[in-house]
Amino acid sequence: MELQKFYYDNKIVKQFIWATLIWGMVAVIVGLWIALELAFPGVNLGLDLVTFGRLRPVHTNAIIFAFVGNGIFAGVYYSMQKLLKTRMYNDMLSAINFWGWQLIILLAAITLVLGFTTSKEYAELEWPIDILIAIVWVTFGWNMIGTIMVRRVKHIYAAIWWYLATFIGIAILHIVNSFELPVSLFKSYSVYAGAQDAVVQWWYGHNAVAFFLTTPILGLMYYYLPKAVNRPIYSYKLSIIHFWSLIFLYMWAGPHHLLYQALPGWAQALGTTFSIMLIAPSWGGMINGFLTLRGAWDRVRDSAALKFFVVGLTAYGMATFEGPMMSLKNVNAITHFTDWTIAHVHIAGMGWNGGIIFGMLYWMVPVIFRTKLWSEKLANAHFWISTLGILIYAIPLYWAAVTQWLMWREYTPEGFLAYPNFMEILTHIIPMYVARIVGGTLFLTGFVLLIINLAKTMQAGKCPNEEAAEAPALPRLGPLDLEKETVHRWLERKGIQFSIVAFIVLAIGGAVEIIPMVFIKSNIPTIEAVTPYTPLELEGRDIYIREGCYTCHSQVVRPFRWETDRYGEYSKIGEFVYDHPYQWGSRRTGPDLARAGNMSGPMYKNAAWHFNHFMDPQKMNENSIMPRYPWLGANTIKAKTIPSKIRVMQKLGVPYPEGYDQQAVDDLREQAEIIAADLKASGIDIPADREMIAVIAYLHKLGRDISQPAAADSAEKELPPVVLPVAQADLDAGKENYMKICAVCHGPEGKGIPPAFPDLTDREWIHGGSPEAVAHSIREGSPAKGMIAYKSQLPEAQILQLAAYILQTLNTASDEDRQ
Amino acid sequence: MNIFYLLIGASLLAALIFLAAFIWAVRTGQFDDNETPPYRMLFDDEPVEEENGNKETERLRDEETERHK
Repeated sequence: MELQKFYYDNKIVKQFIWATLIWGMVAVIVGLWIALELAFPGVNLGLDLVTFGRLRPVHTNAIIFAFVGNGIFAGVYYSMQKLLKTRMYNDMLSAINFWGWQLIILLAAITLVLGFTTSKEYAELEWPIDILIAIVWVTFGWNMIGTIMVRRVKHIYAAIWWYLATFIGIAILHIVNSFELPVSLFKSYSVYAGAQDAVVQWWYGHNAVAFFLTTPILGLMYYYLPKAVNRPIYSYKLSIIHFWSLIFLYMWAGPHHLLYQALPGWAQALGTTFSIMLIAPSWGGMINGFLTLRGAWDRVRDSAALKFFVVGLTAYGMATFEGPMMSLKNVNAITHFTDWTIAHVHIAGMGWNGGIIFGMLYWMVPVIFRTKLWSEKLANAHFWISTLGILIYAIPLYWAAVTQWLMWREYTPEGFLAYPNFMEILTHIIPMYVARIVGGTLFLTGFVLLIINLAKTMQAGKCPNEEAAEAPALPRLGPLDLEKETVHRWLERKGIQFSIVAFIVLAIGGAVEIIPMVFIKSNIPTIEAVTPYTPLELEGRDIYIREGCYTCHSQVVRPFRWETDRYGEYSKIGEFVYDHPYQWGSRRTGPDLARAGNMSGPMYKNAAWHFNHFMDPQKMNENSIMPRYPWLGANTIKAKTIPSKIRVMQKLGVPYPEGYDQQAVDDLREQAEIIAADLKASGIDIPADREMIAVIAYLHKLGRDISQPAAADSAEKELPPVVLPVAQADLDAGKENYMKICAVCHGPEGKGIPPAFPDLTDREWIHGGSPEAVAHSIREGSPAKGMIAYKSQLPEAQILQLAAYILQTLNTASDEDRQ
Repeated sequence: MNIFYLLIGASLLAALIFLAAFIWAVRTGQFDDNETPPYRMLFDDEPVEEENGNKETERLRDEETERHK
């Protein structure tokens, strides 16, 4: 057979390697920064661009799409050419793939920091970037499939199957999840609402893990591990079996992210079942990788690349066992919303993705630069520092998760939540957040060593952009020649190309047509009391989304007693029909906000409290780790966009009356004036056109529609006499509860912030200063003014202790003097 | 929760594409030989020494581009 001479394209591989290194370091630095923010809120700098809510999506997107993404491309572009003995299909497509992807990353970093976000996790990018992603992704697939078509090796090696699955999986997921209706260039609303949006999002979120962080990495493992150890994969058959089973099973496991949330039970059961089944194919990959090393473990001792592969496989095995376990409903009940999730994803991200990509780079860079690794010692140092870093990162977070699940659920013998103050639990976890910074710092240090080592290696070696090679041609059919073959044969040959093009066109076209018609109409209000957001609330919601509040606050109460006692009534599907997008969140660093607007519930805070809290959370709560949001008090509401927002919502099926867009701005101003007046009555002067007003309006909408109206003031009734305890032990107990609960508003010394939060030390008592009246105020609260009824949180004895502490220790006026 | 029709549809579509790929792979004999491919991938061809200048490189690249059409 004719021997053909051709050139491998090394340039594209080098470009992707550098992109992996640079973006990877940026992503890890941002990760370290947000870890610092969680432990020391001052690191937020009081600057909108770098608050946790804005930087966390930067970190997650950068790790997934910039670090792992570029690492995948580097690995794919190198191994495809070598496996198929051909240059990549088209240099132009390769260049578009590279520069397009870097442009996406750059745009992502800028827009996310500026607060342009859809708030759908790992799909936060706004619609113009979504379109760009689709284009670049199709370019990648086209280039890859083209390369397969012009290959010089008939057999398509296992790794390439994983790459292909990656392309197809992500294409479908990205298109389906990204349907949003634009309001402006950088603002859109998800076409799905509430529970439906949540289902689509986690179908995407789960499968992004599958098809972006698992299948391509397994593909890399199947190429680079055998190469690095110079042995064939343990079982080629196993690789084929576990490939097909894994890709068929993964798509159905998504609902496990929404267990016990507002989702039909059968869907939850489906998600759990498929998650458990996934253990088999996942461990197939791990076992295949480990057994490839059998009889070669001595080489692992000497090679940093192999060590990274071993840790990568171990982390993969751990994460793919842990994942299915976390999808069991009873396990999920305690792990969900805690730091367990964070530890889980970092084991997978740092260990599995990081391990395989680091191992790949340590092997690949010396090979393409035709030299030895600059320093095997330094690489080993990277390995140990990095592995230690992962452990020091993950273990404290597992610890924190256990603390959270125990303390969130703890009850006193009297049947009250043992830790009704969310802050108290968080305070226990802060040391763990400090510890993980150490882990992250070690990981970053390792990353720097990697870059130094590889840069030195590249310097020492030489890698021509064009690498000459020879291979025999694979007999291949040319353009359609009717004399030699039938049209059918030709079509069959072109079938793959056609079907892919046809699929993309059909998927996009079909979805545009079908989705608005079928799925929006199904958002029929099922709970009559649930009304659409007023223009001001909608604006507040958009600010809530912009600031990334969902990264720390969930908005869905699960049907557990320990959640309903803490937050209020559990959430129902029908409550969310106007939520484009949904805001359930996945992590409770702060408390759930689903019932923040329920006046008679335990989560209600009045406007003045919210104002003070946004301006300076630490003033209201010394140990709070929430960033300050002073700009909410300075920025003005952009009323100009309100009408178009209303129109888009109407298109999405939200029942605003026809022509409401013309009236919306007036309504917004009217409602804002009411809140501003309320704040003024509390001594806070803020113009009604500030963003703060909108956010407060939104928070007061949450859960309000299905709540019972606050009970009428029953102060007129004769109060039962109470006898306050006087023992020092009782006063101490009262003080302890005061500091935990009351100090949040009334201050540690009882001075309060009058008039919103009354001074408890003077002689003026709004609801009476007698022991009976004070105990009554604590018991029943004053919901309209923002004080909740503590009878559901504290037993009577503790209420009396509190009243005793307040009256006998804090209050300086004499008994007769109090009014 | 009509959304499940869409998601099940999309998931089935993915499954069908994978199934088609699987059938294609089986019918074209991709899985006939499970012994040699894992060995073959280990052998990279020796780098071909470049005796030609840039012109030759360009010519060969053009040829390859032509072949890919």
